[in-house]
Order: sequence, then structure tokens, then C-alpha cells
Amino acid sequence: MARYILTRLLLMLPTLLGVAVLTFLLLRVVPGDVVTLKYSGEGAYVPRETIEAERERLGLNQPLWKQFVDWVWGVARLDFGTSMWTGRPIAQEIAIRFQLSLQLAIMATLIAVLLALPLGTLAALKQDTWVDYAIRVFSIAGLATPSFWLGIVLILFLLILFRWSPPVTFTPLFEDPLANLSLLIWPALAVGYRYSAVATRMTRSTLLEVLREDYIRTARAKGLRERAVVVRHGLRNALLPVVTVIGLEFAFLIGGLVVTEQVFNLNGLGKLMVEAISRRDYTLTQALTMLGAAVYVVVNFIIDIVYVLLDPRVSYS
Amino acid sequence: MFRSRGQRLVRGSWLSRLVTLTVMLTLACSGASQPAPSGGGGASAPRPTGAGGQPAAGAASAPAGAGGAPSAASPGGAAWGEGLQPKRGGELVFVVGAEPPSFDGHRESTFAMLHWTAPHYSLLVTFDPFDYPRVVGDVAESWEISPDGLTYTFKLRDNVKFHDGTPLTARDVKATYDKIIFPPPGVVSARRAVYSAVERVDAPDPHTVVFTLKYPQPAMLSLLASPFNFLYKADILEQDPHWYERNVLGSGPFRFVEYVPGSHWVGRRYEDYHIPGQPYLDGFRAIFVRDPAAQVAAIRGGRAQIEFRGFAPSQRDDLVRALGNEIVVQESPWTCSLYVAFNNERPPFNDVRFRKALTLAVDRWGGSQALSQIAIVKEVGGLQRPGSPFAVPPDQLVTFAGYGRDINAARQQARQLLREAGVPEGFTFTLKNRDVPMPYEPVGIFLVDQWRRIGLNVNHVQQESGPFLNDLRSGEYEASVDFNCDFMDEPDLQLAKFLSADKSPANYGRYNDPVLDDLYDRQSRELNVEARKQLVWQYERRVLDEQVYAMVVLWWQRIVPHHASVKGWKITPSHYVNQDLRTVWLAQ
Repeated sequence: MARYILTRLLLMLPTLLGVAVLTFLLLRVVPGDVVTLKYSGEGAYVPRETIEAERERLGLNQPLWKQFVDWVWGVARLDFGTSMWTGRPIAQEIAIRFQLSLQLAIMATLIAVLLALPLGTLAALKQDTWVDYAIRVFSIAGLATPSFWLGIVLILFLLILFRWSPPVTFTPLFEDPLANLSLLIWPALAVGYRYSAVATRMTRSTLLEVLREDYIRTARAKGLRERAVVVRHGLRNALLPVVTVIGLEFAFLIGGLVVTEQVFNLNGLGKLMVEAISRRDYTLTQALTMLGAAVYVVVNFIIDIVYVLLDPRVSYS
Repeated sequence: MFRSRGQRLVRGSWLSRLVTLTVMLTLACSGASQPAPSGGGGASAPRPTGAGGQPAAGAASAPAGAGGAPSAASPGGAAWGEGLQPKRGGELVFVVGAEPPSFDGHRESTFAMLHWTAPHYSLLVTFDPFDYPRVVGDVAESWEISPDGLTYTFKLRDNVKFHDGTPLTARDVKATYDKIIFPPPGVVSARRAVYSAVERVDAPDPHTVVFTLKYPQPAMLSLLASPFNFLYKADILEQDPHWYERNVLGSGPFRFVEYVPGSHWVGRRYEDYHIPGQPYLDGFRAIFVRDPAAQVAAIRGGRAQIEFRGFAPSQRDDLVRALGNEIVVQESPWTCSLYVAFNNERPPFNDVRFRKALTLAVDRWGGSQALSQIAIVKEVGGLQRPGSPFAVPPDQLVTFAGYGRDINAARQQARQLLREAGVPEGFTFTLKNRDVPMPYEPVGIFLVDQWRRIGLNVNHVQQESGPFLNDLRSGEYEASVDFNCDFMDEPDLQLAKFLSADKSPANYGRYNDPVLDDLYDRQSRELNVEARKQLVWQYERRVLDEQVYAMVVLWWQRIVPHHASVKGWKITPSHYVNQDLRTVWLAQ
């Protein structure tokens, strides 16, 4: 197991390197650069030599291979450099937004799990009854509904009925829990609902499959209570693919909620990514992409470890 | 949608899906303001512009069209509390749609820097917050201009202090303007060219600053009132001229407290401010809200009181419908215009007949009526904002190509010119545009329609800002929508964009015209106002009528709905001006 963990950790490196190369090259292919955008604003008459000097200062005139090597060397030392647009350290830019994105991801995941597991189980147990149909309609609606649209509807609902809108700035949870939750509960609900739809359907279908297994029939024949059969024997075996889905969705939520963040005006990583790309802020975009890739790789790794905990039959050598 | 004869619509599931989709879309769109013009925002009632800076020129302004939306607009001074006694206290919360690339006013040109940072800084002179474009002193107590117009002597107040308690003296003013006008290597000064007439800046004593000009420039006093000319501390500039890019230390009405990138910016009243009694507010909080719909929701939900740049007509109507008398609307013509740049190097755009045909085809008067209901454009004008002191008079403007009232005759003439230029019916070209909904998208669509009426096909290509600017600068375009925004109505600013390409880095038309350059220089130095006007009008006629190097489509209309409790802020034609918040107060 230790050898497996070490191998997986080492395998992360080529994955991340591949992402780094791809991101670096793709960004430079896209037309426009950060300097042009900075100095071509409203009424600006900045001389061309000033623009060239700025490009030189940011290292944009250096050969591509040198820019790449400098950047990778910095990343290896955990020095992500400074934003080409703001000049602030990238670590600082990300840190400001990371707390919100992480909290939102956790809240949405909790909501999704709290909805998906009971509903999926109930739907499987009450297959082809009105309960099953109702839950399936509920989950299909969640799949069909874009979370940002649901967010817009929620905001309108609050504005029209209560003439109240959520706060527009983020307050850390331990500073003011009420203000914090007033802001984040609504996007968490909007995102969590859609997220739960996927997990609900996965739970239902895998549990239905497991409940048809021989060992379930044996467990019932032994006289175990139905609850023990479903939870201890059925659900535990059905959870493996559900864990995968939940894990991958969680990884997506870190930095993937671009439109939802716009709707709720959340100062998260998704919004930061959009701004970085639109500004051609290469260093910041690269760092955010690497962060996203690292999150996916780590989450996948954690999922694989959780498999072992859930199912003793799974082992890695 | 087309269907062949005999084809039966499959009802039932198709219709039910359509109904479901319509309901969903209606729910999502109702009340949620969309900056894009699709579907329109509903007809908006003509809004009184009494609170605006300059009255619109009579014949030049087109009415906004019949309206039906409820109005809570308060005309005249009631909107900003004229005649009322200001109250002290309270925190103003306002929304800003973009973040500052840096905090240095000398370097940046965007409202995205100004709206956050202006409250922390003083200027040498500034525009009267209630009487634009009258120039009044800020740090300057008085000034004299020599009879030959070459020397400007300013006497400074003796009670001005930076927020660290040190006094602001003439040395700081000199250091500031040296940075703006004669920036050291590596320091960016976005408006350096504007002050090319200045030979030197002197500080003969701690309370006197003298600007010596190489030649008289009548606009100099107004140009010195630029809201971007923050006064910096000389000691800091000597040590590090880049310091102000990342730091804030001013002498303005508010101290800097906090900036959380992507979130908010906080300022608190500076108790030692040099104007007694001001500011009235305890502080302000600027919140970054990028999405226009979220901006409207913030104001509607009471999370913010105002957004200073401006909203689209549909967003205004949305707020008025929702908040009634709790909201007031101030509107003003805007010192921003949308125009079309032609690549004068590419055929057939290198043929003046073709360019003239393009401008003749556009019904600006009709477009103004229609577009002003869905977009932030309205006034028809030349290179100077209609109604501003140097604007071409309406009776002359209608003689310019494309500005006549008889659109049918103009389009006939356009077709004739196309034939003469050898441009065939159905000729296709590309119009590049920014992918910004307001007002670029509706104006681009309007232009495509207008040119279609003279038999031209236009590919409307909307690009993200990066590639768009790239193509403009490099000449990779045929025709492109572009904009011009300035902090005041001043020919030296508005006309500079259309100088020869080798003189103006902002001219993307790729033409050189020594006649234009000469006219510009002459008007810039002409002290007689009437003579100067003639020169400005000659310049405009050459750009827009004789050579049609570019064509102005419409001027923007600034619409600022805000909570009725916000007083002491009067809208001006410029969204850069009057943003230090020193006169703003809250009625409750």
C-alpha cells in the first residue's frame, strides 16, 4: 500500500507537467497580450515605446522556452510569481479567493450528499412506486437546471418576495457566521441541488444493482433487519461509484463555478480565472490552471484511498 | 421557421416543451436586468436631463421615443439635494464594475481605477462638482494666467496635509506634475502628450507653483483639472516613482482603510481635510460587482446605493419599477462616443467615395430614437459632444455627410458613390466589434442593418478585448467599432485621436494628414474662442465629411439611478469627474 501511494504521488508529476506545457502553449497562441489591454483603455495615449518597455519588463519578449523554464523553476520552488496585471504575488491573489471557493465547495458537497444518499436509497427501495417517480423527477430537474439559472431565480425570489438580497461581499465564517452563511447558502443550494441530482441517480442505480446480489438475499434469509441489509451490506457496496462522482464534482467546484460566482458576485477562484484569461494574465492563468489540475489529481488519489477503506476487497500492490 | 406545405406540426410534446422553455426563460429574465438589448428593456419614458451638466443642443438631440415605464426621475436639483442642508454621517456603499490595474492615477485611464481611489486624493484644480465644466481650486486657492498665456501661477492653501500628517507644499505639486509631464524612464504617464505645451514646472516657494508654457494653450487650466492628476508626495516619488502603483497616500477627503482584491475597498473620513466641514460622509465602501445584473440586484436589495458609471435603460426601468420613489434617476449626455474606424490602407476603404457611402447610409437620427431605448447611446454629433462649447452647430452638422435629415436621398447618393468607386452590389466586408453588450453589440447590429440598405453585406465579428485591440493596433481589420471617452469636453482631447497615425498612438485609421495636424496645432494655440471654434469645425469637417477617415455613430447617454438618500452628487457628462465624494451626503 505504501508503495502504491508513493507511486501515485510520483505519477502526479508528469501529469502536472503535461498540464503546465499545454496551458503555457495554449495561452501564448491566443491573440492579444496583457500590455495591450492595460494601456489601450479609455482615452489612453500611451506611446508605443512605453508599451514595448512594459512588455520587456514582464519578460514577454524573451524566447518561449526561457519563459517556460523560468516559470517551471519558480513553480518547483513554490514561487508562482506575480500577476502581470496587478503586480501582486499570485499566492496572495489565490489565497484571498481560496477560502470562499473551498467553503462553497464543502457546503455544496454536504448539501448534495445529504440529498443524494437518502433520496437515492429511497428511490431504489421503492422502485417503480410514486416515491421513486417523484425522486426521479426531482433529480432529472436538477440535471436539467443550470445552477446559475437557479441562482438567478433564487435571487429574484428573495428580492421580489422579501425585498432582500444576499450580501455582496464575503465575510469569513468565524468572523461573522450569519453574514457568511447569508451569502453562501444560496449558491450552495443552487449548486448542491444540481450536484445532488447526479449523485442521486448514481446511488439509485448502483444500489438497485447491489440489492439484486446473492449476498443480499442471503442476508435477508439470515433474518437481518432490512435496515442492516440496506445500510451495512447494500449501500456500502453501492457507494464506490458514488464516491467517485462526489469526489470529481467536488474537484470541479474548486474554481469551476464561473457563472454562479458572477450571478452571486462571489469573489472566488472561478471569477479570478475568467478575469485572468480575459486580461491575458499568463502567470495567474497558469497558476490557477495548475491549481485546478493539482486538485483533480489529489482528489482522484484520495478517492482511490477511500475505496480501500470502503471495500476491503480492494487492495493495491 | 419554415415548413413545407402539408407538413404537420407535431403538437403535444413539442408544444409542451416549448411552453416549458418559455416559462423558464420568462422566469429567469423577468426582473433580472440584462445589459444586452435582446427583447429590449421595454420602452423607456423620456427622462429629464435637467440634472445633467450641459444642455443638449436643441436640434441635434433626438427624443427618446414614446415610453410607458413608470418614472421616478427627479428633474433638476431635487435629485441631488440642491438647496438642502447636508447631513454628516453614514457610509456610502457603491458598486464598481471593474478593478484597478494599479492605483496610480497618472498611469491609468480607466474609471476602474478612479472610482476606487479618487476619494483619497486632492488635485491642484478641479471641476466644480455642481457646475461642470467650471474649474475651481482644490489645493490651489487662487491662480493667475499671464496676459500672453504662457505662465500659470497657482497659490496653494496652507492647510493641506497628507494623510500621514505632513503638509502638502508646492514641492509636492511640482514633483507630481514632473512625473506626469516629464516622467522618468520606466514610468508610464498616460496623459503626458496632453501637456506637451508645458516647458517646465517651478515651485519658487512652498505655496506657489508656476507652470511655464512653450506656447499658449487655452485649454491648459481645464487640462490641469484632470481628475487623474492626483497630488503625490515628493519624498515618496524621489525614493520610488512606482510606489503609488501599489500604495495609497493622498490628501483627499478620505483616508485609505482596506482593499480586498476582488471584493471591496474601504475609506474613512479624513478629519484634517483642507475644506472645512467636508466630507460629510463617515466613510465609503466600494464593492466590486462585475456582472450588470448583479449590480442591479445589489442596488435593488439595498446592498449598495449607487453605481457611478451608468446603467442601461432596461436596468434603470427595472429599478424604477421595483423601488418607485426610493430611487431617483439622473441622466446626462456623456463625453463618450462610439465611432467606426476605417482601415484607410485597405481597398476599398482607401477610397474616400466608399467611406463616404458608408457614412451616408447610416440614419443617425432614426437610430438615436430607436437605440436610446435599449442602449446607452442617444445624441447625434460630430467629434465634439453635441451641446458642448465647441460642438459643430446643428445647422452646420446637417451638412456633413451622413448627418442630413433625408436618409433616402443620402442612401441614393451612397449608392451612386459605390458605383463610382467600382464597388459591386453585394460587396462583403467585415466589421469588427468588441464582445461587450453595452453599447457595442446593439450599435454593431444597427450598422450592419444600415449598410445592408445600400446593398452591402457585412460580417459582424465580435471579439474579446484582447484580440480586438490587437487587430486594431496591427491593422488587421477593415472596419471596426471603436470608442472615445475623455474626462471633459475639450477639443485638445477629443480631436487628438484623429491626428495622423504617426502623431497619435490612439489613431488606428492608418492615415496621415498634415492638414489635419496643422488644424489641430492651430486650434490648440488659438486664444480667441470664436476663431478656435472655426478651426475645430474645419477639423471635424475634414475628418467626418471631406475625407471620412472615420465616422461617429452616436454619443453615449449616461443613466445613473441611485437611492434617493444619496445627496450631494450631481451627474456630469464625464464619469471620471466628481468622484472624490467630498460633497456627497446621506439623507437618512
